Amino acid sequence: MTSLFEYAPAPESRSIVDIRPSYGLFVDGEFVDGTGTPLKTVNPATEEVLSEVATGSEEDVDRAVRAARRAFVKTWGPMRPADRGKYLFRIARLLQERAREFAVLETLDNGKPIRESRDVDVPLAAAHFFYHAGWADKLEHAGLGPAPRPLGVAGQVIPWNFPLLMLAWKVAPALATGNTVVLKPAETTPLTALLFAEICQQADLPPGVVNIVTGAGETGRAVISHPDVDKVAFTGSTEVGRSIARAVAGTEKRLTLELGGKAANIVFDDAPIDQAVEGIVRGIFFNQGHVCCAGSRLLVQESVHDEVVASLQRRIGTLRVGDPMDKNTDLGAINSAEQLARIRELAAFGETEGATCWQPEGELPDRGFWFKPTVFTDVSPAHRIARDEVFGPVLSVMTFRTPDEAVAKANNTTYGLSAGIWSEKGSRILKVTDQLRAGVVWANTFNEFDPTSPFGGYKQSGYGREGGRQGLAAYLSSGDQK
Amino acid sequence: MSDRLAVRKTYKLYLGGAFPRSESGRTYEVHDTRGHFLANAAWASRKDGRDAVVAARSAFGKWSGATAYNRGQVLYRVAEVMEGRAAQFTEEVAAGEGLSTAKARAAVDAAIDRWVWYAGWTDKLAAVLGSTNPVAGPYFGFSVPEPTGVVAVLAPQRSSLLGLVSVLAPVLAAGNTAVVVTSKERPLPAITLGEVLATSDVPGGVVNLLTGDAAEIGPWLAEHADVDAIDLAGAPAPLAMELERSAAGTIKRVLRTPAEEPDWTADPGLSRLRPFLETKSVWHPIGV
Repeated sequence: MTSLFEYAPAPESRSIVDIRPSYGLFVDGEFVDGTGTPLKTVNPATEEVLSEVATGSEEDVDRAVRAARRAFVKTWGPMRPADRGKYLFRIARLLQERAREFAVLETLDNGKPIRESRDVDVPLAAAHFFYHAGWADKLEHAGLGPAPRPLGVAGQVIPWNFPLLMLAWKVAPALATGNTVVLKPAETTPLTALLFAEICQQADLPPGVVNIVTGAGETGRAVISHPDVDKVAFTGSTEVGRSIARAVAGTEKRLTLELGGKAANIVFDDAPIDQAVEGIVRGIFFNQGHVCCAGSRLLVQESVHDEVVASLQRRIGTLRVGDPMDKNTDLGAINSAEQLARIRELAAFGETEGATCWQPEGELPDRGFWFKPTVFTDVSPAHRIARDEVFGPVLSVMTFRTPDEAVAKANNTTYGLSAGIWSEKGSRILKVTDQLRAGVVWANTFNEFDPTSPFGGYKQSGYGREGGRQGLAAYLSSGDQK
Repeated sequence: MSDRLAVRKTYKLYLGGAFPRSESGRTYEVHDTRGHFLANAAWASRKDGRDAVVAARSAFGKWSGATAYNRGQVLYRVAEVMEGRAAQFTEEVAAGEGLSTAKARAAVDAAIDRWVWYAGWTDKLAAVLGSTNPVAGPYFGFSVPEPTGVVAVLAPQRSSLLGLVSVLAPVLAAGNTAVVVTSKERPLPAITLGEVLATSDVPGGVVNLLTGDAAEIGPWLAEHADVDAIDLAGAPAPLAMELERSAAGTIKRVLRTPAEEPDWTADPGLSRLRPFLETKSVWHPIGV
């Protein structure tokens, strides 16, 4: 892509990671063959096949659940809480020790820029284990009653956008609260979860505490519908979330869902514009926009609209799209051909419905899955690009005149995961924050995450929280909570 | 006993702060446990259910936006007004549930005390369920509990007053508004409660009480796009499962019901507050 600045390539070496030609399932502490048809995982930046990964059948899932149940009853459940915590501290440390390896593998399998996997995904994953490790022997202080109890076996299904980080968000709180886990990674990004299995082995985690069963939707269905699973946790699309909620209905299983979003990023006329532009870019182009809480609807106060859009386009013109392994890259590859098709379809709706499309100059690589950072102006709230989650680097810009109008437009969505506010006025930030129906609100920043900060949605963005003291509730039962 | 002929009450719905009949014009007979006629109750239709959702949504902004102190005082006021009508409630509960006067009075007392318990919660939820979050960055991070929105409540079938108050009060204390389908066979105390609510500074539309059949109205509420959560307390098992499944279509928060109707005199803890609260996490910048 042409750029204001010329950069020499600065590729990260992939030699640090040793990808095996094939992987089995991780069940009861060891790798075993799966009985389903294996799937191939590809590097979305090159379409190169990275490895062949086993697919868990219903029977494999059953083996994993039985292993998890045994571990819950025999080792992990009865273990001294402080010792459970120590295992989690070990895992956090091992993740830090092998951080570069995880970052490279994540970028190869997912397509995200190495800068992000190195600086965000992997450090945050380690932080989640470190944070939850400390909870393991302090649960009676978590405000969930004097003697909160683990639920048993947790069946967890995670998405492809932050493969290792979502694993950490699921596994760390489950283990800290004394549950055992059967985790199903996403079909297109199984490799860091399988490397995590090696970490479990290095940490001498008792067999069966963590089981990783790779596969596609069928495998996920087997996990969530297994009768001996006590708790289901899912992160992914609202559509799949609905089907999971339906499947769990009428059972005793506890359920938390972290689903889609269509976040408003609201820029008031008193905002620091340059800082806001950086935040808008971070909000929508971080991780190629494959972020459930992405700031995909930009609401700009009318008086600064032209200035913001011009500044934004200038900034986007300097973003580098390309080789995710290059340390200078800002936008990597779209994770799969399927996702690329979905982004193209919705972006095409933007144009046919009358919005104005803008993309920066420049060429995209010949191979792999790519989509340029895209800005739609003249968007109406009725347009599909203003309503549907694109899950790609596509921003829809709308305007407002008064704070009330901004709030009304921001809340005019079936989702409610996140929102952003840009203003130099603290009182305005807090007032608007109070009125937004969203689970996370960022002021003068966007897409910040921390294990101490509970994360999750309002409305059809799901229920339950991950992180913080509140997140523990999803994995515990106490006297006042069934 | 005087020979004066009593003036009997017409039991209607409580909807949007008013007492209308069912738009369907339907009523059904309510009997005591020995089969004697007590009254004709309004038989709410699905249209009444939809109207109630509109009323509850309209009332949500004001009720959820009221200060916690104000909400607490309003709920305490409900207890005060109920106390003054304890004899009437006792008579209705005794007739409807087949209890002795003493037992009915105990249920009424417990119901009044339950309002007092929840009135005291409104301004403590943020402290107990919220947090400040020591995030690794220049932000003041904090999380606050906020009401989920419009909650559909299928009230318990057996405990017509204590059960009803036990499921309704937490919904209100958390700042939500409610659409309630009362006990089908024992609906009368609910409408008398509506009269209490109407005279206790509870804004119109915050509570909507529909007498009728949960099996008829429940499915419409479970799939209604403007209902955020549903409490299945009064739904029998097969219906509860069907409603939970249907509620999945709009990712509603569902409070399931145990197989047996619980002992409503037990300390409820936070079990009926948590399901109808969301957590909002805020990152506020720190800098000069």
